Amino acid sequence: MPAPIRLRELIRTIRTARTQAEEREMIQKECAAIRSSFREEDNTYRCRNVAKLLYMHMLGYPAHFGQLECLKLIASQKFTDKRIGYLGAMLLLDERQDVHLLMTNCIKNDLNHSTQYVQGLALCTLGCMGSSEMCRDLAGEVEKLLKTSNSYLRKKAALCAVHVIRKVPELMEMFLPATKNLLSEKNHGVLHTSVVLLTEMCERSPDMLAHFRKLVPQLVRILKNLIMSGYSPEHDVSGISDPFLQVRILRLLRILGRSDDDSSEAMNDILAQVATNTETSKNVGNAILYETVLTIMDIKSESGLRVLAINILGRFLLNNDKNIRYVALTSLLKTVQTDHNAVQRHRSTIVDCLKDLDVSIKRRAMELSFALVNGNNIRGMMKELLYFLDSCDPEFKADCASGVFLAAEKYAPSKRWHIDTIMRVLTTAGSYVRDDSVPNLIQLITNSVEMHAYTVQRLYKALLDDISQQPLVQVASWCIGEYGDLLVSGQCEEEEPIQDEVLDVLEGLLVSNLSTPVTRGYSLTAIMKLSTRFTSVNRIKKVVSIYGSTSLILYCCNDPISSWISFNFHLTECPLSVCQTFQLQLLSPSSNVVPALNQGTVTQVIRVLNPQKQQLRMRIKLTYTLKGSPVQDLAEVNNFPPQSWQ
Amino acid sequence: MIKAILIFNNHGKPRLIRFYQYFAEDMQQQIIRETFHLVSKRDDNVCNFLEGGSLIGGSDYKLIYRHYATLYFVFCVDSSESELGILDLIQVFVETLDKCFENVCELDLIFHMDKVHYILQEVVMGGMVLETNMNEITTQVDVQNRMEKSEGGLSAAPARAVSAVKNMNLPEIPRNINIGDINIKVPSLSPF
Repeated sequence: MPAPIRLRELIRTIRTARTQAEEREMIQKECAAIRSSFREEDNTYRCRNVAKLLYMHMLGYPAHFGQLECLKLIASQKFTDKRIGYLGAMLLLDERQDVHLLMTNCIKNDLNHSTQYVQGLALCTLGCMGSSEMCRDLAGEVEKLLKTSNSYLRKKAALCAVHVIRKVPELMEMFLPATKNLLSEKNHGVLHTSVVLLTEMCERSPDMLAHFRKLVPQLVRILKNLIMSGYSPEHDVSGISDPFLQVRILRLLRILGRSDDDSSEAMNDILAQVATNTETSKNVGNAILYETVLTIMDIKSESGLRVLAINILGRFLLNNDKNIRYVALTSLLKTVQTDHNAVQRHRSTIVDCLKDLDVSIKRRAMELSFALVNGNNIRGMMKELLYFLDSCDPEFKADCASGVFLAAEKYAPSKRWHIDTIMRVLTTAGSYVRDDSVPNLIQLITNSVEMHAYTVQRLYKALLDDISQQPLVQVASWCIGEYGDLLVSGQCEEEEPIQDEVLDVLEGLLVSNLSTPVTRGYSLTAIMKLSTRFTSVNRIKKVVSIYGSTSLILYCCNDPISSWISFNFHLTECPLSVCQTFQLQLLSPSSNVVPALNQGTVTQVIRVLNPQKQQLRMRIKLTYTLKGSPVQDLAEVNNFPPQSWQ
Repeated sequence: MIKAILIFNNHGKPRLIRFYQYFAEDMQQQIIRETFHLVSKRDDNVCNFLEGGSLIGGSDYKLIYRHYATLYFVFCVDSSESELGILDLIQVFVETLDKCFENVCELDLIFHMDKVHYILQEVVMGGMVLETNMNEITTQVDVQNRMEKSEGGLSAAPARAVSAVKNMNLPEIPRNINIGDINIKVPSLSPF
């Protein structure tokens, strides 16, 4: 049997494949060859075959038939075999398959091997994929290696211990003694993984956390040495001494200082030092600064330090590097609730980020901007946010519109400004506005009595320009129905339309393909309401008879300022029921005011032409405000005397 | 924790795949495809962090990537890793590869997938950062490579010629080889 081809030969062959099908054919052929080679139990070529299998596995082809072969390789005496065998085990096996347990003995032996690199392989494999049973069996070996003076093995043992603790948390205690002098290590690799181990233990157990608080002074000292030590070529990255270790230590300090005054105080100085001394021209410096900021914000630091931290974030926002801007915005978003004033100082920079090209940065800037809006800056902020709404991608528009409405509601400096802002949103992003905004806006407009004429005029003009944005059309229709008399009567500042023009527009909405059924309902209602306000009643009757439907809902609005009630009829279509032909004539109500304290009533006559003799039903919905809170009531009248419709 | 490290080229062809969390094989390929899809449509002037990608780990999952010429290096991490720190780590890894392969290029990764895995193993272990000192890493990798070489390497067998000679049963070779007119006397060689 010829020797199996080498890995590089296989790779070369596969690269010549011009189609997926060709590649698959080559792979299948090679798999068959490998399978027969495995069957022959050839020790010499096993490592070569497994290597090829791993390559094919990376390309997405099944390789499970090589699992047992990996185990055989691990058991071999040759380092080459063990190396590829362990790699194969990590890539192809996992604890779900029972076969992985067969490794336990091999790993145990290799953890005690005379060659440190074999021990290293075993630690690596155990630390990557060891199951709970394996970890239980071998924890003792790992603990032994955690105490060795061999730094290569010690650092791997530390990370292996982390994995063991994750798998079998009860075993955490047994590693405690070994942690005693981990931090006195000189080797940075060991220091680094030791800090990772300590971090894991502190995060898992409050007792451990309390126990390790006494390490704070030592950690502070190590950090100090790193920043003050000057140039050290082994650990230098862009002129900074082991930035990875610095970041790791800062993170552990964060966990130890959280909710503990003494620890927080002990680290105040070093944090201030790192914050002011770190060189920021390269990314590594910024990574350290960023971690420092997060630590300052999370522990019980004094206010001066917190302001320093936020100012660093503010400086980050001005950095050319978009990654720095991104992490700065993320952090500011987390702190804006707790340190609102400090973040306010950077408002203009944050608002500038709305113009960034990067979608992730834009989104964060938008969220942060809304969080910063208050009574003092509402006008300026809203200008920027509306500009953003105009030009942003569709994925932002709904959130931005909602945000604008909320902010306007909370901080509007005047009713006219408020209405203008709403108009702006409806005209620029009208199709993205959420469904519940429409009734909310209607409520708002109703309450702004002095703005009715202005509002209806602006909305009417908007309709003339564009009837495609449904929320805008719905609100506009409602307003025209309600205040149409103001629209045509000359109370507006500009040239007023005549009644027929208004009815043209509303009818146009009814027939347009762009209008949804809900919109048609709104416009039909508006037309109906205008029968009490306009004189072209015949025209209205005709339209209603064509489009009207069976159910009737009464809306009542109560303006707390002037205490009048107006009845508004709102017809909705019932798509499930057959549309009946009704003709309705609404006569003027006897009065516009319902006297308080049951001192009187208001009557309104509704004439119904019901040729098909359908049963009359009326649904009444009352909405009003009582002592500032909205109240809603629904009632149905089903007991019209039969003579009225039979 | 680092959940996965993916290296693929501009066309999505995988060059190194390492998962530190268990995923079924078809899931792994799906993740690779989805990651490539997300990363390849990014402009060059946007930040190197991506959220979304719903397959790994749900919401606590970020993609941190760097684009070097024809290769994407993508680290899929959870919130316990520092984003800027991981960017630095990718840089360290690539510079280490450069040192080990001497001006590394895509072809090196293609033909020496196993070596790249071994280098990575000295940098990241079990999804956690193990060593960031480039000299340390390259020294340790060098020693292990030499150990492999002294055993004959992955090719396992020494050069074909030598093994062929080893397998010959020399006493059976005729002493006189008749090659036409030339008469060569084969000396008697002791068996290996």
